[in-house]
Amino acid sequence: MSNQEITKSPSQILQKEMITRNYDRITGGEDKVCSNFVPGNLNELVMCFDFANNLPEINAIQNAMRKKSGDMITEAERNGHSEDVCTYVKADIGMMAKGNIAPNGKPFPDPDMLLLGYSGCFTFLKWFELLREQYKCPTVMLHVPYDANGKPTKNMRDYVVKQLKEDVIPMMERVSGVKFDIDRLREYLRKSAQAEEDIVWMLEQSKRKPSPIDCYFGGIYYMGPSFTAFRGTDECIDYYKMLREEIQERIDLGLCAQSLDGDMPEEKYRLVVEGPPNWTHFREFWKMFTDMGAVVVASSYTKVGGVYDYDGFRHDPENPLESLADYTLGIYSNRNLPTRVDMLARNVIEYEADGLLTNSIKSCNSFSAGQLVMMREVEKLTGKPGAFIETDLVDPRYFSAANVKNRLESYFQMIDQKRRAGGSAPAAV
Amino acid sequence: MRTFIGIDLGSTTTKAVLMDENRQVLGRGITNSRSNYDVAARVSKQESKIAARFTLFKNALGTGGGAELLLADLERNFRLEQFLSELNQLEETCDSYLDHERFKALKGPLREALDTIFKTITDEAPTIYAPGAERKSDFFRDIAGSRFMSLAETVGKQTDIGFDVLLNVYDKSIIDIESMVSSDEAVSMQLLNGLSRAMREVEGVDISETAAQRALESVLGLELEETYVVGTGYGRVRLPFPKEHIRSEILCHGLGAHMMFPNTRTVLDIGGQDTKGIQVDENGIVVNFQMNDRCAAGCGRYLGYIADEMNIGLHELGPIAMKANKAVRINSTCTVFAGAELRDRMALGEDRADILAGLHRSIMLRAMSIISRSGGVEDEFTFTGGVAKNEAAVKALRQLIFDNYGEKTINISDESIYTGALGGASFAHSAVN
Repeated sequence: MSNQEITKSPSQILQKEMITRNYDRITGGEDKVCSNFVPGNLNELVMCFDFANNLPEINAIQNAMRKKSGDMITEAERNGHSEDVCTYVKADIGMMAKGNIAPNGKPFPDPDMLLLGYSGCFTFLKWFELLREQYKCPTVMLHVPYDANGKPTKNMRDYVVKQLKEDVIPMMERVSGVKFDIDRLREYLRKSAQAEEDIVWMLEQSKRKPSPIDCYFGGIYYMGPSFTAFRGTDECIDYYKMLREEIQERIDLGLCAQSLDGDMPEEKYRLVVEGPPNWTHFREFWKMFTDMGAVVVASSYTKVGGVYDYDGFRHDPENPLESLADYTLGIYSNRNLPTRVDMLARNVIEYEADGLLTNSIKSCNSFSAGQLVMMREVEKLTGKPGAFIETDLVDPRYFSAANVKNRLESYFQMIDQKRRAGGSAPAAV
Repeated sequence: MRTFIGIDLGSTTTKAVLMDENRQVLGRGITNSRSNYDVAARVSKQESKIAARFTLFKNALGTGGGAELLLADLERNFRLEQFLSELNQLEETCDSYLDHERFKALKGPLREALDTIFKTITDEAPTIYAPGAERKSDFFRDIAGSRFMSLAETVGKQTDIGFDVLLNVYDKSIIDIESMVSSDEAVSMQLLNGLSRAMREVEGVDISETAAQRALESVLGLELEETYVVGTGYGRVRLPFPKEHIRSEILCHGLGAHMMFPNTRTVLDIGGQDTKGIQVDENGIVVNFQMNDRCAAGCGRYLGYIADEMNIGLHELGPIAMKANKAVRINSTCTVFAGAELRDRMALGEDRADILAGLHRSIMLRAMSIISRSGGVEDEFTFTGGVAKNEAAVKALRQLIFDNYGEKTINISDESIYTGALGGASFAHSAVN
């Protein structure tokens, strides 16, 4: 996720290098490639078999931020994919149809295997079915049950572990030719847990006033290394250490969150945001918030890869496979609605936010279903007003700047009005 | 005196409401938005000041002695004066174009033709503004324009100048006239002239001309200081106001509806291009809202489109639909598809009134979906915006509210078009008080 205009901090430079290096590795041809998804991904396991980790959603995001996803989606539609299908899928399919060029300009190799852990999203299943058809490569599915009661049960955990042992690991051994070494996995998990301590520290700093960071637009960058191909590596530990020092410095200097134009001069509104961001107009979208003095102090999107700050989860080298199961079961979008409501309401209260803003995604049913009801519940639990905007992930056609801005302005003025609380007595008309 | 003004810049019309220190509404003004929001804002503001002067004059006259008759006649005669003065300006502007390269060769005959046209309209003016005369529009452009066109056609033929050339002169000039805002002095003069006319014509008034004139002069002498102006509506970002003078129309509509009907809890506003469902608390503070996104089907323009498709006037839609025996089901939520469905139904021999009733129901179904997403219909419910004037739309809405939420009080004000501006004026008032 590049960001050219702001002065880059050392952690941002490091992150950019890491992403570039990973794309070079994927397209380099020396390593076998395993494609899998961001939510609850098993990067530590993937690394045990020396695979390069390719994440199609990240490719779609990269293409959207480079303004390329629109053409790719059109291409996919031309090939018969409906207008209402998840736009991540269509961007990926369209990218393949247009030569399958990676963001580093080199062609993507065909993946050697597809690891389908479809935590929290049923569309993933269909997506990899399409990829399997295209690449005719070995595909293994890790069925992750939905946390209908909010928390994974022991049965669910055992079920996931059993699949890892009986299906996933054997297939990965076969494709990679590398024997599974549980101690190697333990070592990666130990490193994951170490970075996760810094991640949680980082997430919680936005409880401060002013918040030194934005936990949605900024948070997406911060979560990048952990949610993608780097969790369990030394450089991931280094990244979060570096980030922590930078945030600490901001706290010491009493700075407001960083925006695209540098440090925000003041913090007028504190929000919790539910839902993914829009990627095609990411900068424009972010700027609407910072121009109005709004900082996001917590967001559910920083929990879609994995949840560290709700029920204390850390990767556990002592229980390696169980820990992988807990991670993939526990991600935000695999939790039931009451749990999501609880997480959001707690965020609003604990981070002293002015309210919950929902960015509902037109083409993502697994995220959007129930959001309006959730918002009402959070409003009831917190007494703070909510607001609802609608955009899309990577389809530029569904971003209506004037509408989004109008709603945001109305929301912020509504918060102002509530703060003044007086309102107006009826006039003699 | 200190005044507080709210201006609502809509996509079709621009409205202004002016209130005094005691939050008493003194005047309302409306004009077409043109493509120039800045001018529209200034014209509507001037119109609200004119209306305020009427209110102040009314207060000065008191009741009895035929004051009401006099006021009504003054208003009519003032509009006539205003029309004549704008007509005069239009003629002068047309003249100024005659030296242009394009018209120079025809200058003489054109002058004569324009003279005939303007003389005729000037002579007709008292009839246009005669007591009880119906006007299709109150905007100068509409009235003068339609008369000019019709006369230019005849005159153009008679003189060999041709209609096109005359139309061209008119088109150039009307744009200039539309961007003019009457000065306070001109307005005062029009009011005084209007009063003289009224005193000559009106019967049953016991007030002496001197007394009336003195009262009017004293009202005209009052300075209406623009203490604070708040802008709202779609054009608000185009207003030459500092940021803190701009309010979202959602808040303004919520507050305005609350001021008109203090027990309001749910507001539905259907404007030209958006539909808003707003929930307010007992103080008129917005607690929730939803509006249409990505698609403007189900808004005022939908009806405009349908009227065009059926080749009838927008204001005829409601009355025709009221004659329906049933509402034909229209499924399309897309405006253009609804047009296709309409033609299809016509071809099948369905009754025009029944189809129109179905279309009104369909627009309200969209609105109901937005309201329900904003939190449903709470008692009392207030319907605002241009579509609230359409009786068939209101009928469909009443039915749907009853079906879905049971018996609710439904408020519709005659002044509902001013709801946003009223909220804006109140925000202006609280900004300094």
